Amino acid sequence: MITVNKNLCKGCGLCTEFCPIKIFKESEEPNEKGINLPVLDKEEKCAKCGLCSLICPDQAIKVDEED
Amino acid sequence: MVKDESPFMKYLRRDRLPTIFCAGCGNGIVMNTFFKGMEMAEVDFDNLIMVSGIGCSSRIPGYVACDSLHTTHGRPISFATGIKLANPEHDVVVFSGDGDTAAIGGNHLIHGARRNIDITVVCINNNIYGMTGGQISPTSPKGSYGSTAPYGSLENPFNLSGLVTAAGGSYVARWTTAHPVQLSKAIKSGLENKGFSFIEVISQCPTYYGRKNKLRTPIDMLNWLEESSINKKRADKMDEEELIEKIVVGEFQNKPQPEFTDKLCKLLEEQCVTGKPTSIRSAYLED
Repeated sequence: MITVNKNLCKGCGLCTEFCPIKIFKESEEPNEKGINLPVLDKEEKCAKCGLCSLICPDQAIKVDEED
Repeated sequence: MVKDESPFMKYLRRDRLPTIFCAGCGNGIVMNTFFKGMEMAEVDFDNLIMVSGIGCSSRIPGYVACDSLHTTHGRPISFATGIKLANPEHDVVVFSGDGDTAAIGGNHLIHGARRNIDITVVCINNNIYGMTGGQISPTSPKGSYGSTAPYGSLENPFNLSGLVTAAGGSYVARWTTAHPVQLSKAIKSGLENKGFSFIEVISQCPTYYGRKNKLRTPIDMLNWLEESSINKKRADKMDEEELIEKIVVGEFQNKPQPEFTDKLCKLLEEQCVTGKPTSIRSAYLED
């Protein structure tokens, strides 16, 4: 289970680009701050490597390793 | 720990978030990799002291919930030397940018390395002065554009890792923000090393470096860092001409040497006439 904190994300897009399986994609509609948040595209393929959480400059991503 | 929070959130001062860094800034990645390296090195978070100078990267200790010191421009290594000598059992980490370590504080850096004092310096090198408006810094690659170099920089950049290796640092490594896993391993080795550890992180500044050099988004910048990086083992076999516009990454030095604080404490104990030296941590002693 991957969660993106909507208050901390600045929409830089690094997670969408650098996930090895590309499970994120940019949302089509910007939110109230004008940021296109990353949304999960094919979450079932996630290998739980934790790279998105490590590369997120704003500490917005959490990867739940349990399930 | 609150649900849905990043694993690194427990080290941060929540009331200060979100950070002031631009979207896609490399400083946040360095923060994450530092926490990861700190966890791997099993450093006690309560035993950590962070020191920084002036610059975008020097705001990092302000967001971390440990003892921290935000000091004058270029002098974080001098302040860290004082902290380490007064509190030899603490882990002292310096976060600074290329303006701090290569420009105004260049001398403090080489003399810290020469002395081999047990501090870990994480230098976030974004190749430009990002906080003041994109001026060329001593580490800007030759030919790169900045607000003070509209026709491209003419000067040769500093090779900071080479400089510290030559000055006598006992652990020196260089990675980029496009290598977060390798970087956290280097930070782990740097924290474990007893002596002067220098970790140079080539980072992205999409706002100034990227905008002036046709790498407008953080994704373009990280792809550029990844593509132009070349491992030191491979680079050693290559000519100088092949390495133009390349970033040599890897471990430059890993050679433990006698450490300054140990030597000084030993000298104090040997020369003390009253039996026990009182100058170490004297401020914490009861009267």
